[in-house]
Amino acid sequence: MEIIRGHKISSGTAEGSVLISHDPLSFFGGVNPETGIVIEKGHEIEGVSIKDKVLVFPHGKGSTVGSYALYRMKKDGVSPKAIVNVECDPIVAVGAIISNIPAIHRLEQNPLDFLRNGMKVRVDADHATLEVLD
Amino acid sequence: MLDGSEGYAVQKSMEILVALGEIFGAEKLIKISSVQVAGVSYHNLGDAGLEYLENLAKLGARSQVITTLNPAGMDLENWRELGIDEDFAIKQHKIISTFEKMGIRSSCTCTPYLVGNEPKKGDHIAWSESSAVTYANSIIGAMTNREGGPSALAASLTGRTPYYGMHLDHDRTAQAKVLVRAKLDSVPDFGALGFATGKKLGNKVPFFVGIKQPMLEQLKSLCASIATYGGTAIFHIENVTPNHTTIPTETITVENEDLMNAYEQMNDESTRVDFIALGCPHCTLDEIKKIAELLKGKRVTREFWICTARQTMRLAEEHGCAHVIRASGAKFACDTCMAVAPLKGRFKVLATDSAKACYYGRGTNSFQTRMGTLMQCVNAAVTGEWK
Repeated sequence: MEIIRGHKISSGTAEGSVLISHDPLSFFGGVNPETGIVIEKGHEIEGVSIKDKVLVFPHGKGSTVGSYALYRMKKDGVSPKAIVNVECDPIVAVGAIISNIPAIHRLEQNPLDFLRNGMKVRVDADHATLEVLD
Repeated sequence: MLDGSEGYAVQKSMEILVALGEIFGAEKLIKISSVQVAGVSYHNLGDAGLEYLENLAKLGARSQVITTLNPAGMDLENWRELGIDEDFAIKQHKIISTFEKMGIRSSCTCTPYLVGNEPKKGDHIAWSESSAVTYANSIIGAMTNREGGPSALAASLTGRTPYYGMHLDHDRTAQAKVLVRAKLDSVPDFGALGFATGKKLGNKVPFFVGIKQPMLEQLKSLCASIATYGGTAIFHIENVTPNHTTIPTETITVENEDLMNAYEQMNDESTRVDFIALGCPHCTLDEIKKIAELLKGKRVTREFWICTARQTMRLAEEHGCAHVIRASGAKFACDTCMAVAPLKGRFKVLATDSAKACYYGRGTNSFQTRMGTLMQCVNAAVTGEWK
């Protein structure tokens, strides 16, 4: 089992399977808040649900309302279980914190390089680690 | 505060501020004296935002410093006349009363510096609303980053903000000299200047040379425009603004043709205007007086909004000019504006004196836009034709 260190954005621990997007993501306008399905036209993971995934993407983009959109998804049970960013931005950081979604960034290795869709991982934001379970 | 000893709302707010501080490399949090919170319109917040705010209020969140709000999605009293539907109004009122429960003043304006939220030079503050941020940094000499809604609220509930960016002298230093050779007369000229400079410099900090004795309304227009089209949170004007800076060597010029180009960019083809909106940023008393003079004895034939703070409208009532405006059929849109009200689909062509309003009119509401002087806007409201 491999453990990679990073930096904490939002506290908590979660296990789940990886969903990777190389494109930045907007939680406001880019994701259907009722289903968790990505709806942005031409997006790498358009049509894919982020629900219960360990969502791995470079950083957020778009409106600051994105923080509230993530909060709403968490309340409705369609949010990701954890977030792993290459370099987190304020919108995603604030969204993860107010929603109690564990989130880390600035890993020793670029997560977009060594993670693959469907891998089982554990994000322990309190210790700022990502553990590959399979 | 971070350990939860002062309650969950404070703890969450501190988590937000610490995380932002880490992202931006802040060495510490500092105390602040004033907050301006954006993210007030139900149109932008939605039910998710409302729930978040209600939860914070329920958990006992209280603002620690003077805090004012950005414009809401409607006039909080006169919403029916502005064509807002009742469901929207109910939600919007809930949002406002939730902010009030947290001890936040419900003056909803993008010009908090006109209605009693007036920081002094050198004060550390946490403001959102990019035009107000730029005004506070550049014209007042206070120090604030461009906060988002939730981070500004977190600052209000803790009285603190991360120490980076615009709180440091280094990041406020001018990076390019802007030689203004263009002739500047009206408020929209300054909007055009902000557009031209923003397009040339992006978020570099400008040092303007050649702007003589600008009026508050002109500076307000420049702040809104340069923040919208460039992204800088501060600028300097030789012999006008209060901040000290070194003078950069990199120099650009803004000529009359740059301003003309800006006007061309703001003006779409249609000459048939069906919506006129002034007050982006919110009108001052002086602007309202000028509009009243132009409207005297006339009757408008198109929807005409004068967006302003409620306090400013009350002053206009005392001065007698509010009566002239209402008699013409024009409407005050207090607490709100053309950028955050739910207007999509209601109008096709917006006329305004604001470069920023053109950006949001097009982007959020898919309007065509026309930008010109107060007189051009008032004439359009009377005749429906842009000249």
